[in-house]
Amino acid sequence: MMQPSDIPSLPRGVRLHHDRVRGSWVLLAPERAVMLDATAHAILSRVDGQRSFGEITAELAEAYDAPPEAIAGDAAGFLGALRDRRFLELA
Amino acid sequence: MTVARPPIAMLAELTHRCPLSCPYCSNPVDMALKDSELSTDAWKDVFVQAADIGVLQLHLSGGEPATRRDLEELVAAAREAGLYTNLITSGIGLTERRLEALDRAGLDHIQLSLQGTTPEMADEIGGYRGGYDRKMQVAAWIGKIGFPLTLNAVLHRRNLHQLPRALEMAVEMGARRIEVATVQFHGWALQNRDALMPTREQAEEATRIVTEARTRLKGTLVIDYVPADYHSDYPKRCMGGWGSTGLNVAPDGQVLPCHAAQSIPHLRFDTVGDRPLAEIWQHSDAFNAYRGTDWMPEPCASCERKTVDFGGCRCQAMALAGDPSATDPVCVKSPHHVDLQARAAAHAAAEAPLVYRGQPGRTVVEPVGE
Ligand code: SF4
Ligand code: SF4
Repeated sequence: MMQPSDIPSLPRGVRLHHDRVRGSWVLLAPERAVMLDATAHAILSRVDGQRSFGEITAELAEAYDAPPEAIAGDAAGFLGALRDRRFLELA
Repeated sequence: MTVARPPIAMLAELTHRCPLSCPYCSNPVDMALKDSELSTDAWKDVFVQAADIGVLQLHLSGGEPATRRDLEELVAAAREAGLYTNLITSGIGLTERRLEALDRAGLDHIQLSLQGTTPEMADEIGGYRGGYDRKMQVAAWIGKIGFPLTLNAVLHRRNLHQLPRALEMAVEMGARRIEVATVQFHGWALQNRDALMPTREQAEEATRIVTEARTRLKGTLVIDYVPADYHSDYPKRCMGGWGSTGLNVAPDGQVLPCHAAQSIPHLRFDTVGDRPLAEIWQHSDAFNAYRGTDWMPEPCASCERKTVDFGGCRCQAMALAGDPSATDPVCVKSPHHVDLQARAAAHAAAEAPLVYRGQPGRTVVEPVGE
């Protein structure tokens, strides 16, 4: 489970890409192109290897005026799934 | 006619030339000659067109793509076009200097093939002495530069017992992912069924090993698994559905719905340069022949799995049932299923020398060695 002090980052070979043909953001990774909805993109665009998971969820809670616990739960599920596929690293 | 959504992936077979001669090579038996290969500029133009129609992922393959001296330039062009670039290689032909140049060119990911986990096995299967040692050297350079790596282990009756070691090697090399692929019987492999067909017990053992390793290595190594499909009950969803997510460009520029599509005699393929890629994707007869579900006969037409597996593999239906629009004979609902299972058992019980793939222009098939 993700801790607020964990610092997520995208490893080499995994990157955000704006798909101009489909008009959406995708996460490009080995053998995968993960289409991102607005929420997923909001989370990943804050994953920079600097901000902690706690800081990211606090920012999102403020930006979307949503309860931090709900945001943290959703974000942890999404980032955890990426981590299982080795599309995300935690420091 | 089904309107095609934009494709996600393109496999660019830069060349059919390869220093190895794996007996299961997926290249067609009739290979494109060096002189017929697309030029550097022609490939660059294809990459730009591919990105324009929605391709996100580019797989640079062959043959051995490193046989092309312009590989570094092609990678740079593909990145510039906005594509995620993956190099599918045996490692032979790559030097530390070339890998550094590929790094500068922006190569995103490398997929390294593994013919066996010992020099004896790997060199016998690849038909190339010293290939294993060279590959281990290349793997070390890949790790040093830091390229994300997938190890691509092709398994069959002769080397399936090496699967546990292949998984260990992937972890040792720092690979994030391994593809454990049981040989698919297309191309050259069709001639090697007696030599390479795994037994049903081996196939089941492989599934058991993969299932256990997936739990044990969760978060360390991602394992993508292609089981032995002659021993399965349902066919694979080939290419994610014909003409639905991906396309292949052959060395000479022919645009194919899958790498084995040339084995279907009635299909006519368009060539880049003759027609824009966007038009080929939407309107080429070869792409529309089996796109969607309208072409399906029974039992697929009324089957609830028809959008799950799209009736399986067309090339396999051609090879095994003699009819490319038949239900994939792997399927339990196919009238050929029982016969196929019997044939699979017979192939698995047979003994035969390996028939190595040839080289472009030299496709004489002769059994070599044992
Ligand atoms: S399968 Fe073997 S022979 Fe065929 S292209 Fe790959 S490395 Fe070369
Ligand atoms: S009948 Fe056709 S659609 Fe149904 S499972 Fe078999 S191959 Fe797939």
